[in-house]
Amino acid sequence: MSDYTQGVIILVCVNAVAVLGVSILTGFTRLFSFGNAGFMAIGAYASAILTKQYGWPLACSMPAAMFLAGIAAYCIGRLTLRLKGDYFLITTLGFGECIRVALDYAYKYTGGPRGYSNIPHYTNVYLAIAILIVATIVARNFIRSKYGWHLMAIREQEVAAEAVGVDTAKYKLLSFVMSALYAGCAGVLFAHFLRFINPTMFNLDKSAEWVITVVIGGLGSLSGSLVASAILTLLPEIFRSLAEYRMLLYGIAVVFIIMLRPNGLMGYREISSYFPRRLCPQAAPETRK
Amino acid sequence: MLAQQLINGLSVGGIYALLSTGYALIYSLLGFSNWAHGEVAMLGAYIAVMSVIAAKLPFVASLALALAGAALISLVNEKFFYRHIRNNNSPTMFLMIAAMGLSTTYKNLIVVLVGPKFKYFPQILPFESFEFCGINVGVLDIFSIVVSLAAIVLLDVLIYHTKFGLGIRGCASDSVTAELLGVNVNRYILIVFLLAGGLAGCAGVLLGMKYTVYPSLGNVALKAFIASVFGGLGSIRGAILGAFMIGILETLVSAYVSSGLRDLFTFGLLIAILLIRPEGLLGKSVEQKS
Repeated sequence: MSDYTQGVIILVCVNAVAVLGVSILTGFTRLFSFGNAGFMAIGAYASAILTKQYGWPLACSMPAAMFLAGIAAYCIGRLTLRLKGDYFLITTLGFGECIRVALDYAYKYTGGPRGYSNIPHYTNVYLAIAILIVATIVARNFIRSKYGWHLMAIREQEVAAEAVGVDTAKYKLLSFVMSALYAGCAGVLFAHFLRFINPTMFNLDKSAEWVITVVIGGLGSLSGSLVASAILTLLPEIFRSLAEYRMLLYGIAVVFIIMLRPNGLMGYREISSYFPRRLCPQAAPETRK
Repeated sequence: MLAQQLINGLSVGGIYALLSTGYALIYSLLGFSNWAHGEVAMLGAYIAVMSVIAAKLPFVASLALALAGAALISLVNEKFFYRHIRNNNSPTMFLMIAAMGLSTTYKNLIVVLVGPKFKYFPQILPFESFEFCGINVGVLDIFSIVVSLAAIVLLDVLIYHTKFGLGIRGCASDSVTAELLGVNVNRYILIVFLLAGGLAGCAGVLLGMKYTVYPSLGNVALKAFIASVFGGLGSIRGAILGAFMIGILETLVSAYVSSGLRDLFTFGLLIAILLIRPEGLLGKSVEQKS
C-alpha cells in the first residue's frame, strides 16, 4: 500500500470513529451537538502533550485523553441536558469555540495558533482499522443493549419514555459522554497520524461535517453512518477537482435529505437487516414501521 | 476611556440586537433556532458590497437592495424549506438540521461564486472621529447606533403597539388558537421571516462596514444567538436587552482584560445564565416539557 492510500484509510477511520459517536448522540438519542470537535481537540491535545512532554506510551495516553473528553462532556451535559434541545445545542457550540480559544490562549503548553508539532507518530493503518472495528462493535452492542433501547425510547417520545421509567436526563448524559469518548478517541488517532495539530482543525465546521455525515447516512443507523463517513471522506479524494464544491454539495444534500427522506439513506435500518434472516440470525429488529 | 468603550459597545450591541431580534421572532413563532440567520446577514452584506463595487450604485440604494435581498432570501428559506419540513410533521430538530444545511450551503455558495477573499466597502463615511464631551466618537459608530436604534424602535412599536403585532404575538403564544380565531398563521410566519431577514440584512451591511465582508461573516450571529438566549429565547425585548449587554461586555473585556479571551467571557456568561436563570432575563420557563 502506498503512503497515500494508507493515509486516506486512516482518515476514513478517524472520521468514522467520530461519526459513530455523533450517530449515537444524534441518530439514536436525537440530541444535536455542535461541540464534538471540541472533544476531539481535547483528545488530540491531551494525548499529544502526554506522549511528547511526559513520554507516556499510547496505550496509557489514549485512555487518559478519552477520559478527559468524557469528563468535559459529563460537566457540560449535567448543566444543560435538562433544558430544551436549543440550549444544549448552543452550549455545546459555545464549548467547542471555548476550547479553541483556550487552546490559542494557553500557547505555553499547546503552541497556540501556530499549532503543536512533532507529535510521536503512533497511528498506522492497522491500528486505525483495529480501533474502528472495536469502536463499531462497542457501539453496536451499546445500541442493542438495554441502554440503547432507552436512548431510542427517548428519541421517539421523551415524555412517554419518562413515563415508563426511563431516567431521561441520565441516559441523555450517557449518550453525550459516549459521543465525547468517541470524539476523543478520534482525536488521539488524528494527532498521532498527522503529527501536527492546531486549534482551527477542530472548529465548528468539523462538528457540522459530522452531523451532516450522520444525517446523510441515516438518523438511527450505525452502518449507514459508517458508509456515509467512508463515502464523504473518499469522494473529495477521488474527485480532486470537486474539492472546492464539497461543502456546498454536503449542505444541499442535507437540506434535501431532511426535506424528502428525513431518515437518511439507510433510515432506521442497518445493512445487516437487508440480508436474509438465516444468514444473519441476529439482525436488528425493526424499530419502527 | 470608559465612555468611549461604552459607545463602541453600544454600536456592536446594536448590530447584535438587529440579529438577535430575528432569532427571537422566529423562535417565538416556530420554536426552533434558525441557524441560517447569520448567513442571511452575510448574503445581505455581499449584496450591498457587490452592488457598490460592481454596479457602482449609491450607498443608500445598495443598502435598500441588501435589505430587500436578505428579506427575500429569508422568505425563500421559509417558503421552500422550513414550511415543507413542518408539513412533514418532522421533529423540530429537523428544522435545525435543515437550517444548518442551508447555512453551510450559503457559506460555500459564496466561496464558490464570489471567492473566499475579503471584500471592502469603499469609504462612505469619514473614518475620522470627532470630539464630543471630551471623548472621541467614530462617525461609523454613531451611524450604526442610529440605524440600529431606529430599526429596533420601529420593530418594538410594530410588535407591541399595532394590530399586526398583536397577530404575531397571538401566533407566538398559541398558534392553534390564533388560527381558530381567524389569524392566517402561515402568512404571519412569512411576514416574520421577511422582517427578520430585513433586519439581518441591515446588520450584515453594518458589520461589513465596520469590519470587512467575508464568507463566514455569519458566524458573528452566534453572539446574537447567545444574546437572545441571555435575554430569554423568544422574547423580543429580552433579545434587545441581551444584545446590548453582550456588546458592552465584549468591548469592555477586550479593552480591559484581553481581546483573545473575549469569546471565552461571552460563552462563560452563557453557561452562567443557563446555570442561574435558564429562562433568560425576560423569558418563560424552559424546563424540558417536550
